[in-house]
Formats: sequence, C-alpha cells, structure tokens
Amino acid sequence: MTDGATNDAFVEFERVQKSYDGETLVVKDLNLSMPKGEFLTMLGPSGSGKTTCLMMLAGFETATHGDIRLGGVSINNIPPHKRGIGMVFQNYALFPHMTIAENLSFPLEVRKLGKAEREEKVKRALDMVEMGDFGGRRPAQLSGGQQQRVALARALVFEPELVLMDEPLGALDKQLREKMQFEITYLAHQLGITTVYVTHDQTEALTMSDRVAVFDDGRIQQLAPPDQLYETPENSFVAQFIGENNTLEGVIKEIRGNTCVVTLDGGEVIDAVPVNVSEVGERTRVSIRPERVEYNRDRLHEDAHTLKAEVLEFIYMGDIFRTRLRVAGNDDFIIKTRNAPDQVRLNRGQQIEIGWLAEDCRALDA
Amino acid sequence: MSDTTQELVLAADGRPLKQSLRRALLRQKLRALMLIAPLLIFVVVTFIVPIFSMLFRSVENEIVPDTLPGVTQALADWDSSTGELPNDDVFRHLYIDMFKASEAKTHTRLGSRLNYEMTGLSSLFRTTGRGLDDIGEEWQDPLEDIDPNFKDGAFWYEMMSGTDGEDLLEERRDLFATMVGESMDGDVGFIPSMQIAEMLPWTTRAYTDFAIWTAIDDEDVVAEEDPWESVYGALGMDLTNPDSVAAIQSYSGFGADALKAAVANVDQLPQTTFRAEFGKENEDWLSPEVWSTIQLYSSRMTPGYFLNAVDMQLTPDGIAEKPENQQIYKQLFMRTLVMALIITASCVVLGYPVAWLLANLPMRTASLLMILVLLPFWTSLLVRTSAWKVLLQQQGVINEILVWLGFVNDADRLILMNNATGTIIAMTHILLPFMILPLYSVMKTIQPSYLRAAKSLGATNWTAFWRVYFPQSVPGIGAGSILVFILAIGYYITPEIVGGTSGVFISNRIAYHISSSLNWGLAAALGSILLVVVLGLYWCYDRIVGIDNVKLGG
Repeated sequence: MTDGATNDAFVEFERVQKSYDGETLVVKDLNLSMPKGEFLTMLGPSGSGKTTCLMMLAGFETATHGDIRLGGVSINNIPPHKRGIGMVFQNYALFPHMTIAENLSFPLEVRKLGKAEREEKVKRALDMVEMGDFGGRRPAQLSGGQQQRVALARALVFEPELVLMDEPLGALDKQLREKMQFEITYLAHQLGITTVYVTHDQTEALTMSDRVAVFDDGRIQQLAPPDQLYETPENSFVAQFIGENNTLEGVIKEIRGNTCVVTLDGGEVIDAVPVNVSEVGERTRVSIRPERVEYNRDRLHEDAHTLKAEVLEFIYMGDIFRTRLRVAGNDDFIIKTRNAPDQVRLNRGQQIEIGWLAEDCRALDA
Repeated sequence: MSDTTQELVLAADGRPLKQSLRRALLRQKLRALMLIAPLLIFVVVTFIVPIFSMLFRSVENEIVPDTLPGVTQALADWDSSTGELPNDDVFRHLYIDMFKASEAKTHTRLGSRLNYEMTGLSSLFRTTGRGLDDIGEEWQDPLEDIDPNFKDGAFWYEMMSGTDGEDLLEERRDLFATMVGESMDGDVGFIPSMQIAEMLPWTTRAYTDFAIWTAIDDEDVVAEEDPWESVYGALGMDLTNPDSVAAIQSYSGFGADALKAAVANVDQLPQTTFRAEFGKENEDWLSPEVWSTIQLYSSRMTPGYFLNAVDMQLTPDGIAEKPENQQIYKQLFMRTLVMALIITASCVVLGYPVAWLLANLPMRTASLLMILVLLPFWTSLLVRTSAWKVLLQQQGVINEILVWLGFVNDADRLILMNNATGTIIAMTHILLPFMILPLYSVMKTIQPSYLRAAKSLGATNWTAFWRVYFPQSVPGIGAGSILVFILAIGYYITPEIVGGTSGVFISNRIAYHISSSLNWGLAAALGSILLVVVLGLYWCYDRIVGIDNVKLGG
C-alpha cells in the first residue's frame, strides 16, 4: 500500500470508504494524494471500485466515510455543480438536442458569461480539438472520434483545474483510440490540467499516465509510475494485471539479502528477488515477464539457474516471436523474443533450456 | 464517370438493370401486401366502407326527391320569394306522390326528415297521410253516382289496360322502387294503354301506381281490386283539363260511355282545387314557408346537415345563422376542444413526475409502480367511471371526507359531478396511462449521464433538468399529448356518466342523434366535422412541433 502522499497535494482521498448496501464495502480505506498537473489513471477490473472513486470525486456519489479534499478544501458536502470539475463520460453524454457550439456554450452560460466571451471561448476550445468547423452540427451527425473530441472540449471549455475521464475511449476502434490517447495526454500536459482517468485498459494506463493506481477489491494495490508498475510489481495481482506475465508456484528455500532461492512445485530450483515474502518455507508465486526469459545460454550468467522447457507453439508476429513452452509442469509459459537477424527460431517439440537474471524474477505473495 | 452512367446498365440476363430491380422489388412488395391482406380486407370491409357510407349520410338527401318525385320537379319553377303559394299543379303532384307514399308508409319518414329543417313538418305529413282517402272520396262518390261502372275494379282494369304502355309502367315502377328503397320487380299483370295515358295523364299515373303496389307488394290480382281513392281524384284532375275533355269526346274505346257521362256531369264533381283540399286537411299546407323548406331540400345532396352542425341554416335568402336560442353545436365543439385541452394538460402535469419516477427508480420498485399505472387498464372502463360517480357525488366519498374534516360546510357540499369538473377529473384519471406510457418509454432512453454531465458542467439541479432533461423528454410529451387529446376529443362513456349536461362532449350529442333522435345525417355531419377538426389539429401539430419529434418508444 503506497500512500503516495506529496507535499503539495491538490486532490486528496483520506481514509475514504464507500458502501451502497450497508453490508459490503465497494471502496475500502482509500488514501490517495495527487499534485497539481498530474495525470493519474485509476486502473482495475470492473467492480474494483475505480469508477466509484471517480464518482465520489465528481460528487455524484457520497463517501460513506472519510474525507475528499480538493485544493485543501473538503468537498464532501459541495454539490457537483459547485465543484468546478470537468468530466468526460464513457458515452460522451453530449446533449443531443443542442448543437456542438451550444453544448460547449452550456457550461459558460450557467456561469453567466457574456455572449462575446462565450463565443470566443467556444471557438478556442473547438479549435484546440481541431473541430472548429463543426460548431453548427448536432452530436448525432459526428463520428465517435469527433464526438469524443467535442466531449473533451466541453469538459475543458470552462477551464477547470481538475478533469475526470471515465473510460472515454472505450467506444472507439483501436487506431482512433491510440490517436486520442496521444491527443489527450498532449492537451493535459499542454494546459497543465490535473487529470484523473479511469480505464480498464492497461495499455492505455501505461502509455498515458504519470502515475497509475491499480485497483482491486476496493483497494489501491499499487500506485506508481508506469515503468515501476510494470517492472517492479509489488504483489501478484499487479504482476498479473499489468502486461503479460509468467507465474511459477513454489516455496521459499532460502533468502539471502535481496535475492532468494525458490523451490518450484516440480522440484526445480530458481533464483528470484523477494518482494513481499519474508520467511523461508513460505509459499510464493514467482513472476517473470516473457521478454526477460532467455534461452540463449550465452546471454545468461554462468551461475544462473536454468530450467528445462519444451516448445509447444511458435508464433511469428512480425516484430517479435512468441513461443509457448511447457516449463515445470506449466503449459502456458510464454516467452517473447525480438525478431533480430541473429535470433534463433524455435521449432515445435524442441527441448531447450531457459533462464533469466535473478533481478527480473520476483517472488510475490501466493 | 458521369458520361458512362448514361449507358444502360444490363443485368446478367440481358434485361435493363432498372427493370430487373423493379421486378424483384415488386415481388417483395406483393409478398408484403399479401401478409397484410387479411387485416386490410377486414378493416376495409368492416370499418372503412361503413364509416364512409355513414359519413356520406351527412350530405345525402335522396329521401325528398325519391318520395315526392313529381312535387320536387313541379316545384323547381316556383319562386319562393314572391310569397305566393305554388300553383295547383304542385298540389296535384303532392296528392299523387303522397298517396303512393302513404300506401307504402314512407311519408312519415319523409316527415321526420323534413322536421329537422322545420319543426312541425313531421306531424303535418302524418296527419295529411290519414286524410288522403277523404280527399279522393270527394270525387269517388259523385263519379260512382254518375256511372256505377266506376265502382267496379274490373271495369277500371279493362279501361286502363293496353299493350303499348310498357315504358310508362317501368318509369312508375322505378319511381316506386327508389321511394321504398327495395326492388319492385315482378309481373304486374297490367300494362297501361298509351291512348288512355295521353287522354288521362293523372289518372294513368295514379292507376299504374295502384297496379304496381297491388300486384307486387300486396300480391293481389289488379283486376279484382278496387282502385285507390287517388285514382278518382286523378280523374277529377283530368276532367278539369280541356284537352282531356276534348279527347274524351272523341274517344270510343272501352269505358267511353262512363267517361263521357262524367264529362257531361262534371258540375256534380267538387268545384274545388287540390290546394284548397290540402288546406282543409291542414292549413300548414297553405304556408309558403313549408313550401320553401320543401323546395330548399328537394335536391339529392344538401349542405343542410353541415349547416345545422355549425348552427346555421339554409333559408331562401341563402345561408344564415340560426336564432341565438337554437345555437348549441358551435358552443359544444368549443367546449369539447377546451375540455380535451384541459384534460391533456392535467395529464401532462400529473403524468410527468410519475413517468420520471418509473424511468429512474430501481427495477423492482419501478415494476410495482408500473403495475399500479397499468391497473386501471385492466379494469372495465364502465367500472372505473362508475367508481368516480361514487367518489364525486354530493353524498359521495370525497364530499363526506371533506365535510368530516371540516373543510366544507355540510350545507354547501362541492358539486363535483354532472358538470365539466366531473368530466375533467374522471377523464384525466382514465387517460393518464396513455400519457405516462409514451413519456416513460422516451424517458427510459434518456441516459442518466446527461444529467450528470450537465451538473458537472456547473448546472444546478433545476437548470440541468430544464435545459438538458426536459427538452429530451418533449417527444414523449408530444406523443402522449396527441394520444390523450385525440382520445379525449372523441370520448363518450365517461362524459355520458359523470358529465351531466354541462360536461358532455360533442360525441354524446352524436350518439344522441344516432340512437335517440335518429337524425343520422346530422350525426354524420357532426362526426365529419370532428374528424376534420382532429386532422386539422394534427396537421397544425405537425407544422409546429413536427411529427418526427413524436416518439412512442426508444
């Protein structure tokens, strides 16, 4: 549990709990703090509590317990329309009976801005998302990607300091999604807006965020920048959830400082970094990323432990080769190798030996 | 590209593509048509055709020219503005036509028809019908005294018979058939003689009518029956005509002696006109207004019913408003419209929040609420309306409670029923589901994220509702309003039961004319106007709101 506290906290969750039915907690003891200008993603499977957190921040749900602060002020009792938080919804929620310009003008009208000022701001916001020519259209006349841009412009037009995005790219196709990911991050950094982004797509989370909060079971499992999250997951849920991951189960045999020896259930012995294991004899799940596995003996330490493996499947994917192996009784052991001129292509049924650097292999909770 | 499209594109079989496409589509269309054919035929046969034939009655006026064919023809030349009575020729035709009609008993129907236009005509026709025999006997008795042969049916038959009067017979037969509205086909056993017909035109007409009726309807032998009194009257008419008299003088066929005797003793016959005779029966026949009414309504089509339906009438001087105290329909139409609007408005006001709850409550609660909304649908309309009667009457539940609570003095209990209030209350309740259901189905499609989006953009609850939610629910209001308004404007049962006199609708008046006063023409005219008004309002609605903006569901 990383507290993630920073000195100049802009958004803060302090011991926040939420229950809908009074029996189960959807959000359990949430603590989170983010500085101004940060792009933070809440990532997690559905039902993990991430959207509930977003809704509490937006004011559409009230916290059962705890305190939510914005700029140091508790906003628990402030109604949504007074929070001044921009929000982009999953289905865009553009008002179908208004034109694009009217949609953007709406937040300015309710803030009682003058007509000229409104028009100028609407124009600027539309230009910002390259939708300047579409002001007179209705939402239904736009494509999904265009609607997405408009929704973004509408959330930004009244210059909020905090913008919340609830799976905004879920309905777009892959190519458009990648383009929008880039545009959203670009805009957010350009304008210096603090952004809370909710998604269940880990690629999206990794590519866009300054920090990612991985949610599961109503708790933040890990809050870290994307590279740390991927390379040094703190528990087996995060390791499993972020990226592709191979898992081998076993028992801690020996701990020596920041390396340990694990006896796998099949009897093989491997080296690993102990992350959240502390005692000899404790059960553990060893996690190793597919691209960190080596079968080329030359690239391994001389004293590294190796395992025997049988090639079950070899898939040519262009930039990489993806090979499925049977390792220590596990039929789903995946390795990925870069398609380089000197790379060896494996054949089905081939017997090989694999190994890895001890620091790439993490012994996590079982 | 554009110049290649000019070329004819051919399908695989060499036929032009357009033609093949049309053939393929035609087959589809025929298939689709066959699917709906049973319902279509059913609707056309049992619904559309009867309704249009019913509506046609609003302008149809054939009963007058059919029953009084001679009179309407003779009246055509009469100028009613002179204030003088029509000449005796008209009264002679009236006698012949009326006698025939009274034998067939259709004169009372004509009386009731004309009574719609002028009160009193019904009894005039009825009483005159009874006196027609007496008029004929004024001639019959002296004629039989002059020559006893005139007593004998066989003598008359022999005298009137010929071989060449087929056309005349068919002409009179057709007139008879259109008057009674059924076929008069069959063997009459009598053909008039053209010689007699030219000599005694009135007598031949009357005798032929008598022969047709006796043979076809009474199924008797013409020669064995004594002729109608009208035949004697008609002979009297002919005997006043110098041409006929001259022809009789040179006539030598059967019955010549009797006819010559009658001519010789013409001074024994009544020295009077048929106008005077009718005047004796009922002095209303001597009123020019009666005759101008008959003349005004002697055409086959009439605007009379429609004029009546908007409180106007046809006068010899053209179309004019009815007297103030006889005007009811315009006011009734206005009341129907206004009350239907009030009912629609109260349905919107009461139904909107309920529909909102239905669309936004959790599933279980919403289902329960939905059942409560639908419950009235499963109860008989009559039962619901009667229940309102129990609630609303002065000794009813609502008044009792109000008196018991002390809000209302026992002496002046609220009059909630037998007036417009009762109709509005009961009909609002009865039509409420028709408002709630379309509203609900539209509201169901409005995602809650719109309201959230509005609030996140800084709108208060009210602004979010009014600027974002309400405009999106307008199609539902439109659909519900059209439904409720159109149902309300033609409603019958509820106003009939709780409406009293001041709370009834135009439909109640239509029903009254259909089933009580039997003035179907007026009922049809009122119904047609109602239909046109509804269609007109629908058109206006389409113009203002746009029918595309009406949604009955997602």
